[in-house]
Amino acid sequence: MTAPSVLPPPPPAPHDELELLLRLGDDRLVLGHRLSEWCGHAPILEEDIALANVALDLLGQATMLLRRAGEVEGKGRDEDALAYWREAVEFRNCLLVEQPNGDFAFTMARQFLFDVYAVVTLDAVSRSTNAELAAIAAKALKEAKYHVRHSGEWMLKLGDGTDESHRRVQGALDELWRFTPELFAADDVAARLAAEGIGPDLPALRAHWHELVHDVVERATLTLPHESSHTPHLNGGRAGMHSEHLGHLLAEMQIVARSHPGAKW
Amino acid sequence: MADPLDPAQSVAEQAATIPGDGQWPVWEVFTQSEEGAPHEHAGSVHATDAEHALQNARDVYARRGEVISLWVVPSAAITASTRGDAGPFFDPGADKAYRHPQFYKVPRGVRGL
Repeated sequence: MTAPSVLPPPPPAPHDELELLLRLGDDRLVLGHRLSEWCGHAPILEEDIALANVALDLLGQATMLLRRAGEVEGKGRDEDALAYWREAVEFRNCLLVEQPNGDFAFTMARQFLFDVYAVVTLDAVSRSTNAELAAIAAKALKEAKYHVRHSGEWMLKLGDGTDESHRRVQGALDELWRFTPELFAADDVAARLAAEGIGPDLPALRAHWHELVHDVVERATLTLPHESSHTPHLNGGRAGMHSEHLGHLLAEMQIVARSHPGAKW
Repeated sequence: MADPLDPAQSVAEQAATIPGDGQWPVWEVFTQSEEGAPHEHAGSVHATDAEHALQNARDVYARRGEVISLWVVPSAAITASTRGDAGPFFDPGADKAYRHPQFYKVPRGVRGL
């Protein structure tokens, strides 16, 4: 009997799929929580409701992704256990989403950069060879398309608005730009998942993301920071190395669940 | 003074009676709940332009999935009857029972009438 000349690549370990679900889920859980901090504080009532809507959409997406993560992990943890009983080092969200809200322009710039990222990545994941993942992404993609329409409009309004709104949103872009390379950095896990057609090919999506961002930024009379900016690029979120801000966010998000374990209402 | 024969002035006068709240212009929102149903007035939102008004209307009045179509109209574009119009406009219909189509049976199967 002849041995096959080419061995098929080993299938990704279940661990890889779990990592992907946590990365996607934690991005949305953390950003959803950040947006919920605006509740009752937005500039006008309509925007207050809009931000809460986006927060709830993201929370719904996080629920689906983390529930699936718990199933794949197989240790009996559900989405609540993963949200409320992990420590900061166990979170796999990117650094962009954990940055504090700042002013309204900062929140909107952060949201816009993420929303475009969400649209291009969810579009790719909706064609995943993993059926459960593809279904979750397809559902989330519809919501993300509304989110980017909302945050994109605000980029135009603020950028092409008053001198003050322009200055503030340009400052936000300048400050947030160093968190964007992390979005498209592929470590070994991401590379294996992409090779299998399960996860998005992140480095390949960056050009499209950049094009979409650039189009709005240009129409908003804003300027994209230079790639060769001397400011160091920041990453580490996917490996659990977070900025100090995540710990404070989790303390507030998790305290009720941890103070009253198993409480129901 | 308002000139009752000048609709534009009448609208402007009405707009002036809305207390100035220092906010963006007001848009009236109309929602449609199912195919073929009329768009019904749902309320109003503040917004700077039509796209903004559409998004705010979506977020305030259509966020729970009960709406399939939205209209937004600048409130200032609406010409409304005034309180003084009530007599000449609406009284004549009140005492003529024969104007009401209540002597017919609506066939079964007719919906949305």
